[in-house]
Amino acid sequence: MPAPARGAGLSPRPGTGELSAGLPPAATEAGPTQAGAIQPGRSSPPVASEAPLSVEGLTVWVAGREILHDVTFSLEAGSLTGLIGSNGAGKTTLLRAILGFQGVSAGRVRLARPVGYVPQKVVLDPDLPVRARDLVELGFDGHRLGLPWRGRPRRGQVEALLSMVEATGLADARVGALSGGEQQKVLIAHALARQPRLLLLDEPMANLDLRATREVAALLARIAKDQGVAVLLSTHDMNPLLSVMDKVVYLAGGRAASGTTDEVVQSDVLSRLYGHHVCVVRIHGRLLVSALDEHGEEGCDVVAEGDSYREARP
Amino acid sequence: MFSGFMVNTWAEASVMALVAGVVGFFVVLRGAAFAAHAIPQGAFTGAAGAALVGVNPLVGAGVFAFLGVGALARWSRHGRRDVVTALVLVSLLGVGALFLGLSTNYSQQAFSLLFGSPLAVSSSELVPTAALAAFCLALVVVLYRPLLLSSLAPELAAAASRHPGRAELGFLVAVGASTTMALPVVGALLVFSLMIGPPAAARHFADRPLVALGLSGGLALVTVWVAVWAAFESNWPVGFFVGSFAACWYIAGRAWASLRRAQLGGHRRQGRVGLPW
Ligand SMILES: Nc1ncnc2c1ncn2[C@@H]1O[C@H](COP(=O)(O)OP(=O)(O)O)[C@@H](O)[C@H]1O
Ligand SMILES: [Mg+2]
Repeated sequence: MPAPARGAGLSPRPGTGELSAGLPPAATEAGPTQAGAIQPGRSSPPVASEAPLSVEGLTVWVAGREILHDVTFSLEAGSLTGLIGSNGAGKTTLLRAILGFQGVSAGRVRLARPVGYVPQKVVLDPDLPVRARDLVELGFDGHRLGLPWRGRPRRGQVEALLSMVEATGLADARVGALSGGEQQKVLIAHALARQPRLLLLDEPMANLDLRATREVAALLARIAKDQGVAVLLSTHDMNPLLSVMDKVVYLAGGRAASGTTDEVVQSDVLSRLYGHHVCVVRIHGRLLVSALDEHGEEGCDVVAEGDSYREARP
Repeated sequence: MFSGFMVNTWAEASVMALVAGVVGFFVVLRGAAFAAHAIPQGAFTGAAGAALVGVNPLVGAGVFAFLGVGALARWSRHGRRDVVTALVLVSLLGVGALFLGLSTNYSQQAFSLLFGSPLAVSSSELVPTAALAAFCLALVVVLYRPLLLSSLAPELAAAASRHPGRAELGFLVAVGASTTMALPVVGALLVFSLMIGPPAAARHFADRPLVALGLSGGLALVTVWVAVWAAFESNWPVGFFVGSFAACWYIAGRAWASLRRAQLGGHRRQGRVGLPW
């Protein structure tokens, strides 16, 4: 069994990052006393040859509990990585620490700014006087002061983004009145507006039906490939993503294992992560991770014979 | 009724209404109606205190409105916002009651601070009101985009900007300033209705943010004009008319939204359906 890959290969993306070339990449080395403190904007743009995101030895304490311990991984440009973990595993905490919303006790995060981010719970009131195109437009200039100058070029850019996420027909609808899947697409367009090299999505599939889940998964895979964006999305159910994920970062017991799905989602790797025996079972292309009592320790992998999730790939 | 001191009333009421409608747009969008209710209570307390010691009530209202803003901004980050807001509200109201109780002409003052006395605006109040109005409008214009984004989802604004808290603070300051200037005209209890009614209706009538913002200011203007006229004609308190018209706008807005949804024939009907209230 191969060890979980640490620090995936770097793949330079020509044409980006020149602005910051020559600047030393800044990173945080926060002391344990700073746990819980908010440190906005703690990273500067890396040079072009760097990975869009690398996380090294990240340890995070929240409310007196260690939520993440020594988490290390990095993302390649143009890849889609699943951040897998059950509820409360620390997925949201990890994403917030990466973004600088959450103070860290140890470790460092280097990332390419701007970052596209789609938070976990975006509740949009159906009465909001904001259309899909307004939300996407705020992706370009939501941080700027003054009233918006709605020029024709900007309108074209907004429509190009909406068509990239297959939401052209939704441009003039109120965002709050859209369905969950439609809102997800518009939020993704919003996040992509400033051409980030890194796109973080927190549970984008939660509350979506199966069809919308597949659509969003395919969309994100295509965006990663076509735009060369490194996509990191968290989910508590990896199965809908098995066919599109290039890598996984699996969170359990505060620790992380990263690598390809084959490398990481294995009984022995996950057992070490969880700190007790778990079984990975493959049934009809689905991966099931279940805890076993001591009686089951032997027969774990037998079920998996002749049936791999790869068969489900198109 | 357009002669003499009434001109002051019209001018003051118009400026105040425009600002309340514009600032109120973000109050409604951000679901901060409760905060917008608490800050005027602070202003009321300040005005009562100022009257007690013989200072211009506008000064007292301003100082206390900003104390309320500071308290909300400082403590609402930790713990639950509505609880913090409620505590700020009740403690300020209590102190205000004390100030009023200590003053000699209790009922007269209480009435005009709580419900306003628009027919007694002097020309010396016009200049500070206009200055505060310009300040509020400038704040909203400058912070328009960050405020709009953080109204949709605070985390989106946090990801886009390095100082997401500044827009929030600027917004609370605008609420405090607009409250201070509106207090003498419509009173502490009704500033709130002017900040909520017109914008809540405007977001049903318009689906673009800037259009809804302008419409909100316009509806607030019309509300106050009609209310001041009706108060003058009937000798009833202006607050009664402001409160009623503000509620009417809202009901009209809901009715309009329902109608439009019905016209679309359920084509895109994820919004709430049913009676407009
Ligand atoms: N603000 C907080 N205060 C206390 N505990 C928290 C806070 N935020 C998160 N936690 C704890 O951190 C753990 C990880 O949470 P989270 O990152 O939201 O998990 P996930 O997103 O994987 O479901 C949970 O056990 C949760 O209870
Ligand atoms: Mg989460």
